[in-house]
Formats: sequence, C-alpha cells, structure tokens
Amino acid sequence: KSSVQTIGEEQIQNPYTELLVLKGHQDIVRFLVQIDGCRHFPILPLIFHDFVFQTGEKLHELHGHTHKITAIAPFSSSDGTEEETDLIITASADRTVIVWDCTSGRQVQKVSCFHSTVKCLTVLQRLNVWLSGGSDLCVWNRKLDLLCKTSHLTDAGISALVELPKNCVAAAVGKELIIFRLSASNTGSEGWNVLEVKRLVDHQDNISSLVSVNDLTFVTGSHVGELIVWDALDWTKQASECNFWDSSVHPDVQPEIKLSQSPNETSVQHLTSDEECVFAAVGKGIYVYNLQMKRVIACQRTAHDSSVLHIEKLPNRQLISCSEDGSVRIWELREKQQLPAEPVPTGFFNMWGFGRANKQANQAAKKMLENTPMYFLELVGDLIGHSSAVQMFLYFGELGLATCSADHLIILWKDGERESSLRSLALFKKLARNGDLQLKL
Amino acid sequence: MISAPDVVAFTREEELEDDLYREPPLPEEYSVPLFPFAGQGANPWAKVAGSKFTRDFILISEFSEQVGPQPLLTIPDDAKVSGTFDLNYFSLRIMSVDYQASFVGHPPGSAYPKLNFVEDSKVVLGDSKEGAFAYVHHLTLYDLEARGFVRPFCMAYISADEHKIMQQFQELSAEFSKASECLKTGNRKAFANELEKKLKDLDYTRTVLHNETEQQKKANDKGYYTTQAIEKANELASVEKSIIEHQDLLRQIRSYPYRKLKESEFHPYEPECALDRADVGNDQDLTASDPAEPGETHLYTHMPSYTPKLIKAKSAKCFDKKLKTLKELCDVYFFTQTLDQLHHIERTFRGDVCYLLTEQISRALLKQQSVTNFLFEDVSFLDEKPPEKQYRDCQGLSQDAIDEKCSEESLAPKVVISLGSYKSSVECVPIKMEQEMEDSEEPKMSESVMSEHQENLDYLDADIKGSISSGESIEVLGTEKSGSGLTKSESQASLPVIPSPQAGRSKVGSRRTVSEDSIEVLSTCPSESLIPEDFKASYPSAINEEPYVDDDEGGLRFTPRLNPGVDDGQDDISKQESLVQVDAACCIGKESPSFLEPLPELGQKLREEDGVVRIPPQPYRPAEQGLRGGFPSHDGLSGGLLPYELDSRYLTGSREVSKSSLDECSDSMSYISSAASTCSDRTPSPAHLACAAGERHRKRAGQNALRFIRQYPFAHPAIYSLLSGRTLVVLGEDEAMVKKLVTALSIFVPNCGVYAKPVKHWVTSPLHLVDFQKWKLIGLQRTVSPAGVNVLHALSRYSRYLSILDADSKTLRCPLYKGTVVARLADHRTQIKRGSTYYMHVQSILTQLCSKAFLFTFCHHLHLPISEREPEESVVNRRINFLKLQLGLANEDIKIVQYLAELLKLHYIQEPGQGGNPLLRFDYVPSFLYKI
Repeated sequence: KSSVQTIGEEQIQNPYTELLVLKGHQDIVRFLVQIDGCRHFPILPLIFHDFVFQTGEKLHELHGHTHKITAIAPFSSSDGTEEETDLIITASADRTVIVWDCTSGRQVQKVSCFHSTVKCLTVLQRLNVWLSGGSDLCVWNRKLDLLCKTSHLTDAGISALVELPKNCVAAAVGKELIIFRLSASNTGSEGWNVLEVKRLVDHQDNISSLVSVNDLTFVTGSHVGELIVWDALDWTKQASECNFWDSSVHPDVQPEIKLSQSPNETSVQHLTSDEECVFAAVGKGIYVYNLQMKRVIACQRTAHDSSVLHIEKLPNRQLISCSEDGSVRIWELREKQQLPAEPVPTGFFNMWGFGRANKQANQAAKKMLENTPMYFLELVGDLIGHSSAVQMFLYFGELGLATCSADHLIILWKDGERESSLRSLALFKKLARNGDLQLKL
Repeated sequence: MISAPDVVAFTREEELEDDLYREPPLPEEYSVPLFPFAGQGANPWAKVAGSKFTRDFILISEFSEQVGPQPLLTIPDDAKVSGTFDLNYFSLRIMSVDYQASFVGHPPGSAYPKLNFVEDSKVVLGDSKEGAFAYVHHLTLYDLEARGFVRPFCMAYISADEHKIMQQFQELSAEFSKASECLKTGNRKAFANELEKKLKDLDYTRTVLHNETEQQKKANDKGYYTTQAIEKANELASVEKSIIEHQDLLRQIRSYPYRKLKESEFHPYEPECALDRADVGNDQDLTASDPAEPGETHLYTHMPSYTPKLIKAKSAKCFDKKLKTLKELCDVYFFTQTLDQLHHIERTFRGDVCYLLTEQISRALLKQQSVTNFLFEDVSFLDEKPPEKQYRDCQGLSQDAIDEKCSEESLAPKVVISLGSYKSSVECVPIKMEQEMEDSEEPKMSESVMSEHQENLDYLDADIKGSISSGESIEVLGTEKSGSGLTKSESQASLPVIPSPQAGRSKVGSRRTVSEDSIEVLSTCPSESLIPEDFKASYPSAINEEPYVDDDEGGLRFTPRLNPGVDDGQDDISKQESLVQVDAACCIGKESPSFLEPLPELGQKLREEDGVVRIPPQPYRPAEQGLRGGFPSHDGLSGGLLPYELDSRYLTGSREVSKSSLDECSDSMSYISSAASTCSDRTPSPAHLACAAGERHRKRAGQNALRFIRQYPFAHPAIYSLLSGRTLVVLGEDEAMVKKLVTALSIFVPNCGVYAKPVKHWVTSPLHLVDFQKWKLIGLQRTVSPAGVNVLHALSRYSRYLSILDADSKTLRCPLYKGTVVARLADHRTQIKRGSTYYMHVQSILTQLCSKAFLFTFCHHLHLPISEREPEESVVNRRINFLKLQLGLANEDIKIVQYLAELLKLHYIQEPGQGGNPLLRFDYVPSFLYKI
C-alpha cells in the first residue's frame, strides 16, 4: 500500500537544479551546524570526526573523539575583551566534550570529567555560558571552567535542553520536564548557581523533542504523539494535543491508523515553529498546529515512505522535510479554497494520496468539510540524491540547502540559475583581474 | 569537411573514362583537357608525375674524401621506394651544394688545432630533371682519421612535391635538427673516446721512446749524440706535441656547449633505451653513461681494458685506409636513435601535403580557441600556457598584442630596439585593421586561412618555376642557417641607412591583404612591416655587405628573418603566415643580387621585377590565377602580373647563393640568423605529434556513430542528452555491444575539464549519484541476478538525472528534443560514408556550438546588468533573446549552449591549483520512452 504522494519529474517550483556532492566522511553524517552567517556557507557535519566545508571545500578535519558525537553546538563569543572567535563544542559518547576553534581547526580544550554521555549542549549567549546535559546539568563558561552543576538527576539523562526567559532552562528528562533557574552566586562574579524550580509531569511518554516558539511559549512532543504547549514564564500548560492526528480530527480513520500504529509511527520526531504555527514531524507525517487556533490546521499523514527525521519552515510558506527513505521533500502550505458545491475538494486526494478506498473517501470528505483544516500541504518538489536516510538538513536561504545522510555524503543543493549567474560574475571579475577585458574593447 | 583525396576517388574511375571515350566527342572548345599525367594513375593534384620514385624518402649521403659523394642509406630502406631514381647522381647534387667550410687546423695565432662546432646548414634544392625536390640538411661529424678531422654528411628529405618541401620547411628543419643533434652528440662521444684511445697510444709510445732514448744515452758514452739519438729525440718531441694537441682537442670536444641540447625538446638519452640497445652488435666502446657530462675530466675512465699500441711516427693518411662507417662514427645507440627519428620524420611527412597542412592549420586554429577547445577536442598535445596569455592569443592580433609579445618574450636587446623603432614607424598599418580591410574587400580571402595560404603557395610556386625555366637542372632555392647569434654584425653600423621609398606602400601590402601585395613583400624581404625601420632599410644591403662578401667561400648568404612578434607564435594565426614567410624567404636568395645597389630610385623598378619573377609559368593552374586576377590589384602592381623575361642577374645569383661560410655565420652572429634560429629551435612541428592511435580511435568512433544514427531513430534525443550534460546510461547484457555504443556516442560528450572524457565504458555495480557527477556516458551491465535488481532500482531512483538507452530492447528513455542542431549533427540520411569524415563533420558542428557558447559566455551584458538599477528580469530577457535571435537557437538547443557555457565558465574561473568539485546540473523535465 503506497499512499505517499508523489510528484512527477516536472517540478517547476523546485529551485534546486544543481548539486554538489561532498565526500569525506567515513560514517553516517548526523549533524550539520551553521557556524557563521550565510556569507561563507560553511557547514559542519560531524560524526567521528569534524569537518568544515566551504562551498564544497573541506576546510578542516577535526579529529579527537573516539566515539560517536552526540551533540554539537556553535559558540560564537563576543566578549569585547577578546577577539571574536567561533568555537564549536562537541559532546561525544566517549564522555568527553571538546571545544574547537573554527578558524584554525584546532582543539582548544577537552573536558573528560563526565560520568555519563553528554546528550545535549546549549549555549546561553546572553550569559556567555554553555550548558551540558547528561545525567546531570553542568554550567560552563567559555574557558571551560565548571561553574556549577546539579545533583545526579536520572540515569537516562537529559535528552533535550531549551533556553527560557529569566535565566531559566527547560530540560527534558524522560517523561518529565524540569525547569532550572540559573542565579548568580554570592561568592564571585563568575559564579552561578543552578536551581531546580519545577517539575512538569504531564507527558505520558518520553519527551522526544523540545522547542522554544517565542519568549512566551515553548512546545514539547513525546513518543506517543502528545504535543503540549507551555507558557514559558509560569510553566503552565497552555494547550495540548494528544493523538491529534486520529481521534480529534479524523475519527473515522482512527481504526486504520491504530492498526499500523507503532511507537515509531506516532513519535514526535522533530518540532519546528514560526511565530504562529508549530510544525511537527510525527511518524511519516507532517502536521501543522496553529497556536492561536490551538488546532491542527494542515497535515500530511504520509509525507514520506518512512519516518520524517527533520523538518524546517522556510520563510516563503514552504516546509522542507527529510526522511529515512532518503528523500527530501519541499512542501508548500496553501490555503484551501472553499468549494461548497464540490463535496470533494481538489486538494483532497492529493492530500490523502490516491490509494485510499473510494467509499471511505467520500464519507470522509463530508466529515472533513466540517472540521477540515483550512490549509493543506502541497508537494512542490523533492530532492533525490541520497541512497540512505537523510539525517538532517540545513537551509541556507537563497544559497541553497545542505543535506547529510547515512550514506556518508553531504549534498549541497543549489539554485542552478543563481549559481550560473554567480559564475558569470566570477568570470568577468577574473577577466577584469587578468586584464583581458581591456583587449576586448 | 571533404578533403581533396575524397574527390580523387571519383577521378580514378576507369569505366567512367571509357564511357567518356565512347561518347561522341565534344567539340574541342567544350572538352576539358585531360590531365597530362593521368595515364600514370596519378591524381591531378599530385606533382609526383614526373618523378622516378614512388614516394618521399630520406637519403643520407656522405662526401667521402676517398670516393666523393656517395649515398649511404635511404629511409625507408626499400629499393622500391627510390625506384629508378639515381641516388648517386642525386647525392652528388646535394653534396655539391654543401659549403661546409668547417675549418679545422691551426688557425693563425693559435698553437693547436682548433675544432669548430659548426652549425648545420639547411638547404632546399630542386632538380627538375629528376622531378625531385629536397630539403637538405648538412652536418659535419668528427673523425680523428679523416682529413681535417671532419666528415661532411647530409640528410635529405626528397619529395616530388616542392610545395611540401617549401611549406614544411620549418617542420622539416626542426625534425632534422633533432636527428642531426642526435648524430652529433653520439659523434662527439665517439670522437672523445677515440681521442682518449689515441692519447693512451701516444702516452705509451712516448714511454717506449723515452726508454729507448735513455737506453741509448746509457749505451752511448761518447759525449755527443748520434743521428739515431737525435732522430729518437725528435720523434719523442713530436709525440709529445701530438699528445698536447690531442689533449687540447679532447678538451675542446668536451667543452661543447651542452646547454643547447638541454634547451631543445629532443633528448636522445633514455637510459632504458640505452640499456636495451647495449647489446646491439658493436665493436665500439659502449658505455651507457650519459655522454653529456661536460664536467668529466678524468681521461681514462671509459677504457679500462684498452691496451695501448705503439704508434708509428708517421701516421698513414692513405686511400687504402678504411674510413669509419656512420654507425662507428656515432655510437650505435645514437645511431639507432637517429634512425628512429628519421623514420619518425618519414612517417609524419608521408602523404599529400594537403593533409599536413590541414592538420597544421586545424591545430593552429585549435590552439587559438584556448577557452573552448577543451570541450570536444583532445587538447593533450597543446602546450600548457598561462591562461591569460591564452586568452590574449585568441583576441586577435592587435598591434599592441604583438608589441607586448615582443617585449614579453624576447629578452634580446635587439628586440627592444626593434620595438622602439617599430612604434616610431608611423606608416605601420595595424594588422587588425588590415584584416578588417580584407574582410570588407575580399570576404572570400578572409574566409579561411587556407585560402590565404594557398595564395602564398602560388607565389612560392611562381618563384620556383621562374628559376627553373632558366634551364638549370639544379637551383638552390634558399638556405637557412640556424646560427645562435643575436647581435647584429658590425658592418651594419657603417651602412648608410637607405630610406625605402616603398615603405608606406609595402606596409599596407605586407600582410597580404590583397594577393598582389604579397608579391611585394616577398620580393623585398619577409614581413617588412614588422621589421624595425633601421633594419628594414639596411636589410637588402646587409645581405651583400657581410665582411666576407669577397671571400670565395663566403658568397652570398641568406637567412630568413621572422618578425619578432610571431616567431614563437606557434599558436596563433600568424604562425601560418610566418611559416609561409620563411618559406618565401628561402626563395629570395637568388634574387638578392638585385639588391647590390639598392638605390632609392630603383626601388619601384625592382619591385616590379620581383613581382614578375613570381608569375607562375605552369599552365595547369589557371583557376587559381584567375582567382587571383579577380582581386582588386594594388596601385602600381598591374605590371606584376605580366610575363617577363628573367633578368640574368637572378641566374648568376642562384649559383652563388649557397656558398656561405658556416664559421663566418656563427662568428659574426648576424641578427638575421637569430630570428630564424630561434624560430627553428622553438618550433617543434605540432602536426607531427599526432598519434596514430588517436586517429584510429576517431575513425572507429566515427564509424560506430554513423551506424548508431542510422540504426536508431531516436539518436537525436540521445545525443541531445549528452550535449546538454544529462548522463546517458547504455544498458545491456553484452559487454562488447555496450562498449561499442559507448564508443560511438563518446564523440558527442563534452569534456568537463582538460582531463579525459567523462565516459565510463563498462560498469557492473549499481550507480550512485556521485557517478553521474563524474561520468556523462556510462555503459552499464544488465544482469538477472539480485545484484542486477539493485542496479535497476538505482536507475529508477535516479531516473531524473539520467537518460537510459536500453541496448537489448532498443528503447530510450530521455527528455524530448525538438531542436535543430542535433538534426544537422546526426542526420540518418547522411551521405557520409567514412568514419573519419563523419568524425570531422561532427567536430565542425560541435565547434560551431562551441563558438556560440563562447559568445554567450563572454558577452558581459548577457549576464550582468548594464546599469545598477536594471532589474534581473531584463537581463534574463536579453539573455534569452540573444540565444534565440542572435544565435538562432531553438527550443532545446538553448539548453545545449547553456550547458556548454557553464562548462566554459567553470573551466575559466577554476584556479589552476584546484581540482574543483564537479557539479551536477539537472532539470526537472519529464522523460519519454522511445521505441524503435
């Protein structure tokens, strides 16, 4: 049964008509991190080693970790006193954290005093400190001095960290969400204390993703598909959507979904948000949850053949998702045209795919009309290049897109037209530089 | 492109001839006169008809001091080649023009005999009786036992086609210089060995004599010397003198300037070859060590096993003595190297001259297209040059460009002078302008280099014929001297500078914009317009005013002068011209007596006379003459076309012209010779580097491609895929069939860089995205095994990047093509039969595409806004309009040019050091399935 929407070879809206394959990694590429602005287009994908690429050129190869890297965070410090340097902090399963200098590619410092693997790293730019989350939460300054740490929390450790206002951080520890507050200690100027403020136990399963929407709200998603919207200031639950993909919206399809339900299919893999919506990658599908309306406004239940691993919202109402099936798809959030006369909206079949039974579709259509989302996601393009799961991608605006995959490759997808004109520019610059332009006149 | 030999095939049809005779005869005035030599089975273009040998060959002969001139060997070593041609007679001829005045002996003021490292002389001569024309390369080898230590030899390239000799003079000269250099190197080595042996002998003799003298002294207690003792003492003294002399000779031969060898591209010393040939039967010392070691001072290292002999006081220089063979003179290794080189020469210059010329021209043109030639051509043979210069070269030869080149590339002070004076000569009309003029006046002329070239042939031809008609059986058409001097001779300074009254006119005419003008140029001096003012004026007299003009041996010496701007311009168009100029210059020698009094008022007359000499007397070239007559003649030149009696002065000159002293040449180091020598040194003939393998490959690929386009109705979209950079996968079970298809299609694949074509002939594993980035044409194995399923799965997954040609089921899955370019490229009803012809056809159309892509890429406003406020859309519109209207491209053809333009851009902006990641560009276009 294939219900995945497909798009033909003609993709007018797909701007990516040029690609560059970057080889260099020997293993799965899991992370891509943007180090400085789009100007130089650097990417830092990491596995066992660290790499920096600049327009496809390998800048540095960073070796240091002996096990797989579990977290990575760029730390660009603007101390004022020191010259600005771009640092990268990497945490690895070998229970070490290494700070690298991006420009030189050298290892700045290595910390190996952890009791367990550090699973997440967060930089609090404002306070000029960074946090590492493992079985406990540690606070460091940029010189890698341990400022303070919590007591041992759980064996499972902190899986996600997000910065909240008022010097608070939210840490996802298993099913619980713990709010910590950093406060300046009385002893010294550099000293910080970290206090556990609140424990939120609303999730029924492990929290799998945690994202901050704006200063006032943050969102969590769990393995069983719960989505909870929290107030960032008083840490109260603003809204929640539990199993929103079947019961609340489409009760008729529920049994079918239930049959094939597995933890993987319902887990919230990744969350992203803009000001008004939260985009959730749940199982194979993508859901758009509107914060104001507190409901799902658009969804694509089977956006990919297998789990969606990463989604990102583009400024132009587009959404990019990548999946274990090795493909990257570009979606556009479109307003659904209300067609009262027509029982089956045009976008309907598109949305549901063609494989669905007709008798049900008709029924569903009628029900859908009442509580249908006002938007739908239309597939505008797909990028096929990787032969294995696409772990992550990074969107560089008009420069393009970088995808990393388990097939050890990184692919840069670029707008062919734009690249062509850039090359022309480079060509005429070179002509002028060589003085060949004069001869032509 | 249909070359002449294709047409020749039709003329040979014998039945056709028979039919012609059976038909009622046409009235006399309508009948086409038959080619006079048609009966001998020759084509009408061949001039072989009158000759007694079947094809070109190389002759080595020696002026033996015992028996006079004698032929030594021919290449190819086949009696059939020379046929009835009298080698002995011809040897006599070619050796008689030798003027080796290599003086070895005691020069005044020197105590010891002095070796002169004489330069080779290069002469072109014709023998109308034998129908033979020859490039003759004289060289001198050293032999201790020979008279004056020297043995004159010559190598001659003998052909029935004088055009070939004249036009390929530079190439022949360069190639034969290599052979000669090889011979001489071996000879120096052998000579040094010989000297060492001789020294040992002398040493031994001295010891013996010394002992004898001592014994006599002891035996003799009378207090006075006996006559016997005095004789012994004298003998001892002469031996000691001889030792000193020989040591000096050895020192001289070792001090030969080896740097010259290092400069040349030809290195005959390959150690592995040396080892291979070490066992070739020889009776000589065969040390494989590098002989080119000037620093070696130890005398007796080479011959540890040599046992010295006693030398008689009087060495016998008699006729019963057997002279050394050439092989013995030159060391077996070097001798075989030389033979290889000569065989190479024979191979490369084999065949009709039109092939050679076509190849040279196309190479020259190709080198010019330095920006685009990597796309479809095999550029491996082109010299690496800095990119900016390459680009400049293709900008056309503006005056400035030449000036810059002069200053850049010539380090000699002479050039600086010439640059200044050149600039000061106001009359100089820029070449570029002339070319434009030419364009406007005579579009036909400027159409191709070939036509211009052909024009020049005529003049040469006329020149030769003019002298041949004098009744002389042998005329020296010209000599070339490759001296290495740079400074001008002192005699120059004393010469009055004679302003040329023709300066202004000849300037215009000197670039041969109009055919008649070139007559002028040839008659005065080659490339006059580019010769600095002071040289120009003194040039004619300089020929006569050499200080040794009254010397019997000296005589008249002529060496062609190339203009400095183009003497190394192998890669630009002017090279073709300069070649011709040199060739032309070779013929000038015989006329130079007319410059004995180059009075200003005489200028006009001389000019006319010279023009007259070039009237082609041969009757079988009416068409070309007609063509030439059609051109607007330059003022004052109408007389140049009239028949004219030859001035007797020309004849007198022709006898003496060859008599030139090499020593004097190298000593005086005339500025004239410098240009020529640098030219010949630096000009490795590019045409001869063509490897036969590439030729064969081309032929086969062309044949396969022809078969492909005839066999597959969907050849067009397949070729379009290749041209637009979409990877084409040829899928099939049979490896041979797939490879054949890949070979056929590979001629349509544009190169991404200067490396090999992005073609993979045979792959068995599943394809990956990286493969499409690297390869644009892939032969893929289809198997039924599970692995084969993976292969097909990968194909369907990446189908958007691919066109798939299924060789088994004869289907093609690829985007639609509606353009026109490919239809011209691959017309299945084409009349072309031969693979190589089709290959040329493809190349020409692809070259057109390349030029379009070049225009598109390098038009500034097509890619960048004219003003800052101009929106991007208008630039895009302009671009599209240009492609559609200016370049006349339709539909998908635009994509082809755009793709080629991208490749050009990438190639151009790529920094030399960087490898550069290959990009994969693609389009989201639907594919269609084509079936037979």
